[in-house]
Amino acid sequence: MSILVQNLRRTFGTFQALRGINLEIGHHQLVALLGPSGSGKTTFLRMLGGLDFPDPGNGRIIIDDEDVTEQPAADRKTGFVFQHYALFNHLTVYENVAFGLEVRPKATRPSKNAICDRVLELLRLVQLEGLEQRLPSELSGGQRQRVALARALAIDPKVLLLDEPFGALDAKVRKDLRRWLRSFHQEIGVTTVFVTHDQQEALELADMVVVMNQGQIEQVGPPQEIYDHPATPFVYEFLGDVNKVRKPGRPDLFYVRPHEIQIVFAGDCSADFHARIEHLFAAGPSARLTLRLLDSRETIDADMTRQQLDEMGLSEGDEVGLKLSASPPSAPPAASL
Amino acid sequence: MATVSKNTAKRPRSILPGFGLSLGFTVTYLGLVVLIPLTMVFVKTSGLGFAGIWKAVSTDRVLAAFRLTFGLSALAGAINCVCGFLVAWVLVRYRFPGRRFLDAVVDLPFAMPTAVAGIALTALYAPNGWFGQYLTPLGIKVAFAPLGILLALTFIGLPFVVRTIQPVLEDLEPAQEEAAASLGATRGQTFWRVVFPPLIPALITGSTLSFARAIGEYGSVVFIAGNMPGKTEIVPLLIITKLEQYDFAGATALAALMLVISFLLLLITNSLQRWSSRRHSK
Repeated sequence: MSILVQNLRRTFGTFQALRGINLEIGHHQLVALLGPSGSGKTTFLRMLGGLDFPDPGNGRIIIDDEDVTEQPAADRKTGFVFQHYALFNHLTVYENVAFGLEVRPKATRPSKNAICDRVLELLRLVQLEGLEQRLPSELSGGQRQRVALARALAIDPKVLLLDEPFGALDAKVRKDLRRWLRSFHQEIGVTTVFVTHDQQEALELADMVVVMNQGQIEQVGPPQEIYDHPATPFVYEFLGDVNKVRKPGRPDLFYVRPHEIQIVFAGDCSADFHARIEHLFAAGPSARLTLRLLDSRETIDADMTRQQLDEMGLSEGDEVGLKLSASPPSAPPAASL
Repeated sequence: MATVSKNTAKRPRSILPGFGLSLGFTVTYLGLVVLIPLTMVFVKTSGLGFAGIWKAVSTDRVLAAFRLTFGLSALAGAINCVCGFLVAWVLVRYRFPGRRFLDAVVDLPFAMPTAVAGIALTALYAPNGWFGQYLTPLGIKVAFAPLGILLALTFIGLPFVVRTIQPVLEDLEPAQEEAAASLGATRGQTFWRVVFPPLIPALITGSTLSFARAIGEYGSVVFIAGNMPGKTEIVPLLIITKLEQYDFAGATALAALMLVISFLLLLITNSLQRWSSRRHSK
């Protein structure tokens, strides 16, 4: 289902959490709200779910051609998954998932058997068959997360909203669940919005990434576009892995990613800079060099292949030459910083 | 080395030291402070023989006092269960000026000599008191009637319920209520299905404490009760009366019976509490 958000504002006391958000989300999309803490991404998500409301008269939220701005959570039919799951600890897994169906008014409540079928189907979908009678305290973090997901899906939500869905999990489980969520989304096709502060997660998982900063949207686009063509210095820096470099003889700063720097021998006269290798890290698919520029004394990071590293026989303390790719695809001036 | 392995085979090593010492202290302390004095009640009583005990407790006056004490104490516990819950709810859930003051007021029945409470309540509800002068013409008799005793017992039991529920209520995650709302639950459903169940064990504990406290209450009741034999006479007062008449054996017989009944009731409510907390454990 599609979501349309117009000019959304929210202030808490004197703090402006959202300063005019405009966004359009299409059918079946998997959207990431990416930003540092305090950027307003969770506030925005809560508003989509009807758990928070914009300042009176400031903004509209339209889900599926219906204006839901003033509609409370209970009427909105959005599935919300909380950062710390918020499972009902006194209820079993089964009762948790069935909750949204059992609280319906008698007229629209499915029969006991229908509820049972639906719950078991959902538990199969999130790969938790056989755990119906467990209490949440008897599950691992990843399992609780999936119970929360099944519970949110039980009400056939128009949109699924996930608040830092992997925030509280360890790295390995995070990675597995991320992959699983991707294919899960393809399977169920519900429009999904999730909040994250991890740029890797957003880029890997989403169809569309919304980068937020200080209550505003900095950039919206598919992951690759965001990575290759950051619209603002903030996006450039927040996506990470970037050097600020001053070209010789020119006053303005440029952004350049580590893999866009070419390492050559110190004697190569085509080199733009000369630098000394301060640290060399080769325990990975490619080698990461920390370099100190000889003229400006700044440090920058550069990547090179392991093969090239071996061929050049470099080690810490060596002097090398650096070449910036002829026209780096992403190098907006950063003079504003 | 051999002795070490023998020790570890006997019981698993614990990270907490001093189990033997602290258990010894606990047993000695409970023995000296609680068990030995209580045993004396039974030792003294047993001197009467079964027939003597029966004679001491089977009079109409004694039975009426037992009915009054346990009945009103249970009622006071039930009232506190509801009202104490409301007080705790307001103190935890809402922010308003004077909240800290109200929070401190809750503890007053703990801190005050109960006789003071008894005198104050009597002054208010006596037929010529502030409230009593308006209630008496309506035919409502509070002071020197069972209603007055109930009032005193409710007063002294309130903090038990409030103070046991408060921390549990504070620990509830607001996200759970938001989750219930986003799943379509009404406010009523959210309260009864999500908020209330985790509070049940604390509610039982608090009401039980309030009830137990009321059974033994003496100071606040004697002033407001009027102490008419068979009508407004509570068991603790009857015990004092017997002591004043040098009927030590009769007094301890009543005390022993009270102990047994209290113990049984606490046993029941404790297992009820244990059962419900297992059901609602995190």
